[in-house]
Amino acid sequence: MGFIDEWKKRNESRIKETKFTLSLFRHSLLSMIGLGLIIFIVLIALFAPYLAKEHPTYVRLLNPEGKYVTEERWDIHFGDKLLPPSREHYFGTDDYGHDIFSMIVYGARLSIKIGLLVVISATIIGVILGAIAGYFGGYLDELIMRITDIFLSIPGLILAMAFAAALGRSIEHVMYALIIVWWPTYTRLIRGQILKTREETYVEAARSLGTPDSKIIFKHILPNTFAPVFVQMTMDLGNVVLNAAGLSFIGLGANPGTAEWGLMISMGRVYIFQAWWYVFFPGLAIVLFVLGFNLLGDGLRDVLDPKLRR
Amino acid sequence: MEDLLKVRGLKTYFYTYEGVVKALEGINLDIYKGESLGLVGETGCGKSVTALSIMRLIQWPPGKIIGGEIHFNGKDLLKISEEEMRKIRGAEISMIFQEPMSSLNPVFTIGSQIMEAITLHQNVNKKEAEEKAIEMLNLVRMPDPEKVMNQYPHELSGGMQQRAMIAMALSCRPSLLIADEPTTALDVTVQAQILDVVQRVNKELGSSMLLITHDLGVVAQICDRVAVMYAGYIVEIGTVKQIFKNPQHPYTKGLMNAIPKIHVKTKRLEVIRGVVPNLITPPSGCRFHPRCDHAMDVCKKKVPPVTKVEEEHYVACFLHEGAK
Amino acid sequence: MSKYIIEAENVKKYFPIKGGVFSKIVGYVKAVDDVSLKIEKGTCMALVGESGCGKTTFGRTLLKLIEPDAGKILFEGKDLAKVKGKKLREMRKDMQMVFQDPNSSLDPRFTVKNIIGEPFSNFTNIKGEKLVKRILELLNLVGLKKEHLYRYPHEFSGGQRQRIAVARAIALDPKFIVLDEPTSALDVSVQAKILNLFQDLQEKFDLSYLFITHDLSVAKHMADNIGVMYVGKLVETSATEPLFEEPLHPYTQALLSAIPVADPEYKVERIILKGDVPSPANPPSGCRFHPRCPKAMEICSKEEPELKKVGDGRLVACHLY
Repeated sequence: MGFIDEWKKRNESRIKETKFTLSLFRHSLLSMIGLGLIIFIVLIALFAPYLAKEHPTYVRLLNPEGKYVTEERWDIHFGDKLLPPSREHYFGTDDYGHDIFSMIVYGARLSIKIGLLVVISATIIGVILGAIAGYFGGYLDELIMRITDIFLSIPGLILAMAFAAALGRSIEHVMYALIIVWWPTYTRLIRGQILKTREETYVEAARSLGTPDSKIIFKHILPNTFAPVFVQMTMDLGNVVLNAAGLSFIGLGANPGTAEWGLMISMGRVYIFQAWWYVFFPGLAIVLFVLGFNLLGDGLRDVLDPKLRR
Repeated sequence: MEDLLKVRGLKTYFYTYEGVVKALEGINLDIYKGESLGLVGETGCGKSVTALSIMRLIQWPPGKIIGGEIHFNGKDLLKISEEEMRKIRGAEISMIFQEPMSSLNPVFTIGSQIMEAITLHQNVNKKEAEEKAIEMLNLVRMPDPEKVMNQYPHELSGGMQQRAMIAMALSCRPSLLIADEPTTALDVTVQAQILDVVQRVNKELGSSMLLITHDLGVVAQICDRVAVMYAGYIVEIGTVKQIFKNPQHPYTKGLMNAIPKIHVKTKRLEVIRGVVPNLITPPSGCRFHPRCDHAMDVCKKKVPPVTKVEEEHYVACFLHEGAK
Repeated sequence: MSKYIIEAENVKKYFPIKGGVFSKIVGYVKAVDDVSLKIEKGTCMALVGESGCGKTTFGRTLLKLIEPDAGKILFEGKDLAKVKGKKLREMRKDMQMVFQDPNSSLDPRFTVKNIIGEPFSNFTNIKGEKLVKRILELLNLVGLKKEHLYRYPHEFSGGQRQRIAVARAIALDPKFIVLDEPTSALDVSVQAKILNLFQDLQEKFDLSYLFITHDLSVAKHMADNIGVMYVGKLVETSATEPLFEEPLHPYTQALLSAIPVADPEYKVERIILKGDVPSPANPPSGCRFHPRCPKAMEICSKEEPELKKVGDGRLVACHLY
């Protein structure tokens, strides 16, 4: 017990601060709704194999452009096609007889994977470039900012199409395209935060204590810049998925047969009057996913803002 | 001396996440017509809260005036409606603040801000308001008043901004001016100018002033009477001469000894041990007792009553209970 | 070995003002304009002046936190301009700074242990138990307690935060500390304690101080010598007592008379200066004080006065002398 008590004493302040943050959060209804939605979706994704009725298989093959891709395959039951929601198929079936509920549940996994991969990659690139630009300034800053500007001017859609044309359509290529389109925002954000933090007296104090630049960046500046970045990451998780779904919808992303929400809407378009459930449920999934992350991000922003805290 | 403002038992609490901050615990204060009363104390003693309470500018949440009376011009300011209070604010009781740059609206010219104050409370047309505004700027000895009328706050220096604030506050000839640390943010030589202006103008207009500051030197030079505050209580009050030459409360004495004096040689400054208390869990009885070298048993149990030391000089301390 | 810990000669620091469409340099803020002074080992020198006089900038150039544009700075006889890179970082052990605002000079995400431990991790290999022991010694020296070790700055009062900053500054036994308005943000009673602390530490460790302040009473209490600055220039230097008994420069005289004295019966002839403190971006011609000087003569607007010796170890820059 001694060890735990010792830890508790050492981190007394941090524990108190965390409790305060959590209580602030608890008092915001919208953030709680957002959090609830996210937890709900994450749980569904986690327990997908147990919740779903049908399960996909994964095959690896060579695509027409000469690259290896992994494709998702679902069993086809033409006999069960386009059945309305029932106790057997909660969300009905699509035109291949697949259980839509199962596809949505596995789609949650895919969406979370896409969101996390893109956001985390963009953040890592953004942090590195933004930190260099912000801290050292001068020519390095100018160079990095101009490169950022170039990338910002690339329309994401065109880039994704170029990727699809060159490498073949796949959800991985969509992710690469999104990372390339997304990292400039983080670079700018972090650079701005670093510029602000760099002027703080405690940074000057660290310099007067003989702290080397690298340590100043990692120990003093970055930890203090992270709050708004974290908020941005949370909200972007939703937005990335929205973009990925959109790209899949127009046929640039997931291969047909994959349980990807955007793709499902695209496939279900033709049947919108006969089988509304085909379009409705994937759409609802996207709405809840994006809404959840946006609300959560918004709530976090208010909670982490030092001015609103006291 | 005639009474202008009479505060009795003023209590203001702040309801925060960490608990209830008992900022003011029954303040009694009199301001006479035509005098300057200094309200001194250190950070957190409640002097700004007192001023804001008098002006009824305490924001809820988290602050609330939960008790007391403020008698002004035959009315109890804590009982009148917000609309009536608004008529008094700016016209009969005015306030100037520490940072003139943040109290002046950056997107309006000085002239328009002063004129706004005038037209809000007086029934005059635009031209008359303009004339009055220039008159006020002259009163505060603003260099080149006509030019300043059309300038924006950021174009003026700190001293000039403060003069503009004073002009704005006095434009409706209030009977009471509350100045909350008006010179703390200014350079020493500019501070001397502003204090000079304030003193002169008050004399000319016959108005009273409540000067809130932590600078005992300013109080000694400008004020007629002084009230010393500590942790939400007024611990001593008297004329400037009485307080500086014959301080009775241990805290007042400690404050006097802690200042490096320019005309007296001091080797080492005397300190008041301990720190300012947390007002969520203040000490029982006399709030100064944990830091007081003369604390007795009764000091921990009961709040000391106010006793008279001499004419106009009162102290709240058990050491003086017998001295009537 | 030089008897002076700091010798500054003709130090200048100009900040360029950029303007226009092409961000051309349109002028300079002459923050420090040709300042020379010497600080003897083991003494405290006060640098007083109002906003914009350049005292803070000068303090930072002494520690090479800002690079001077001209002039020489000798630390214990060594020319600081010749010390660069790693050697400069090593020298930082000997010269430290305590900043004005204790609320922003401590990283809000560092615990007290990390804050005071930073200089140790920069220059020594002291870690673990030994480090904690040293830090606790330092905390004791500045009047803080063991239980404060793992707390964060926002849990402390202003005075306590300043003590943490002081502990950090003396961690590696420096010889010289620049105190940049260390008590301006603090209450009177707290200020008294911190000033006493500085005196104690000076005695104990034979420190030299440059005490930057706008408060002449504090300067008188703490310093052996005083330098008065006005809009980037040093207008008067003197030992403390003589300066207050007989201020020579008209600005010093006005400054002294402007201080509100905490004694209602001390009535002094108040010299109320007209006008405001000029901006160092656009200083008046000749003697920078001439537009406000009650004793200005014709020459004052034309020629800048040099710092001349007047009497016993006193220097004044004024045409009156």
